[in-house]
Amino acid sequence: MNAVYNPELGSMRFDLQVIASWIEPGSRVLDLGCGAGDLLDYLKQNRQVSGTGIELSEEKAARCIERGLTVLQGDFRREVRDYPEARFDVVVLSQTLQQITDPKELLTDLLWIGKRVIVSFPNFGHWSARLQFLLTGMAPITDQLPYEWYNTPNIRVISIKDFKRFLRLFGVRIVREVAINTHHHDYKGNIVRTLKNLRATYGIMMLERVG
Amino acid sequence: MNSAEGQAAHVLVERKFHTFADPPGEMVLDCGARLGPITLAYETLGRLNAERSNAILILHAFSGDSHVAGYLREDDGQPGWWDNMVGPGKPVDTDRYFVICSNILGGCSGSTGPSSVNPATGKPYGLAFPMVTIKDMVRAQKHLIDHLGITKLMSLVGGSVGGMQVLRWCADYPAMVGSAIPLATTTRHSAQAIAFNEVARQAIMADPEWNNGDYYDGPGPAHGLAVARMIGHVTYLSDSAMREKFGRRLHRSNLSFDFTGDFQVESYLHHQGKKFVNRFDANSLLYITKAADYFDLERDGASLLVNETLAGVPFLVASFTSDWLYPTYQSRNIVSALKKNGSDVSFCEIEAQWGHDAFLMPNMRLDGLISGFLDRVYHERCL
Repeated sequence: MNAVYNPELGSMRFDLQVIASWIEPGSRVLDLGCGAGDLLDYLKQNRQVSGTGIELSEEKAARCIERGLTVLQGDFRREVRDYPEARFDVVVLSQTLQQITDPKELLTDLLWIGKRVIVSFPNFGHWSARLQFLLTGMAPITDQLPYEWYNTPNIRVISIKDFKRFLRLFGVRIVREVAINTHHHDYKGNIVRTLKNLRATYGIMMLERVG
Repeated sequence: MNSAEGQAAHVLVERKFHTFADPPGEMVLDCGARLGPITLAYETLGRLNAERSNAILILHAFSGDSHVAGYLREDDGQPGWWDNMVGPGKPVDTDRYFVICSNILGGCSGSTGPSSVNPATGKPYGLAFPMVTIKDMVRAQKHLIDHLGITKLMSLVGGSVGGMQVLRWCADYPAMVGSAIPLATTTRHSAQAIAFNEVARQAIMADPEWNNGDYYDGPGPAHGLAVARMIGHVTYLSDSAMREKFGRRLHRSNLSFDFTGDFQVESYLHHQGKKFVNRFDANSLLYITKAADYFDLERDGASLLVNETLAGVPFLVASFTSDWLYPTYQSRNIVSALKKNGSDVSFCEIEAQWGHDAFLMPNMRLDGLISGFLDRVYHERCL
């Protein structure tokens, strides 16, 4: 499992390639912040998934619907509330957790409407961020977290270690996890097996409720 | 279509009529009255396939008619009211789909309504016409669809009061709904929408020529009807649309210092009012606005759209940012009910400054949404 996870997935962001490979054929999937629908389209074409996306941007949501996907334009924080329990087999929250004001409440909602939740987030514990902070004493700016402190949407600073501690505290079980190191604007990458919190640019975890 | 000559040939359509509910088999209406015979005027475009699976029913808005697209005569200057959306190669592609549009019950463009002759008296019904509801309109449309031998519609599309009919179909005949596109609509009128309708009705009823609805042998309440239409047009636009379209521009060179109307917005409304009087019946306006006001898909706090039969049915719900008659929150309520069903619902709030009218204006975004959605439904369910 080097370079690219699956050649036919090469046009998708690497964390999405990993996520796609975790989703069982025929599942019901909800993709939060689905963008132009690349993951949903892949899952629909290749895994017979019945997918729904939620996307804030009118332009992106419309592009999804035009390409035949089921997408709701709106703020997913509000949109997830109407679904009944276990409506989805998998809920995907990719690269958004770090922008959420109430991650605990959100995860509770997601673990209600989905049997499982897949989360991917940029790892703040990566050595480049650590080194920048150590050497310059200033908020680190990396490929994964490219903003200044004053304009960043990424209001939560999370490392893989932090997140796992959080899950332990709140009684959420990790079904599956992987740490990845990405390059080429996150479209290529590889799996990190040792010193994950130091070497991985992203953490990806599949979660479920305990009990 | 032959575009080789530089100009597309007219798509010709024919207005047809379907009559049913002959006495003693009259249709029983929501209000308890019996009505019959009932005639619906309708038009079709495209061809029904052998499996009868490619039919799309288009439901018109309050003042629309069955003439949705194409031309009634070769020398006709005006195409149907949604010609930019419906036709060969257009988003609702009549090369592929069989499109049906009927004039609503209570209307005045060929279907039975208050201006039709009452068989009991030999004179127009006037106020003897029973109150009809959106549910009654849909019940009548179902007769037409049955008559055409279609057991399941590939899709139902409609905006505004047409969207209410789409939703009513979903609530009442869910097994016949293959997919649905309710646009710029609501599950129930707000107090504000009812208020504007009531002002419009009062404008008609205050006109002495209205004569309690019995005016068909006289000039009729032309002034009241024109004022009612002017009020309608105010609610169909928006602050920004009016600013853009008219601002405070005058339609004459100087202020008149009288009440004949100085501003462009005034002359626009006068023009729209006058135009409407030539094509619409005042009593029909009373009945249809009342039907829209009565329309309510909620019962005891629950939505009638929550129905197991609609699970998995694809929906495309769309609203427009500047529509203050049926604001986006009302479309979101539709979406919210459908999500509880497990319906396959998509939603988009389209950026548009033209107010409620936006759903009828040429709009690339809406075109793309509708054509993409229908294309997908066609491939998943008709092939």
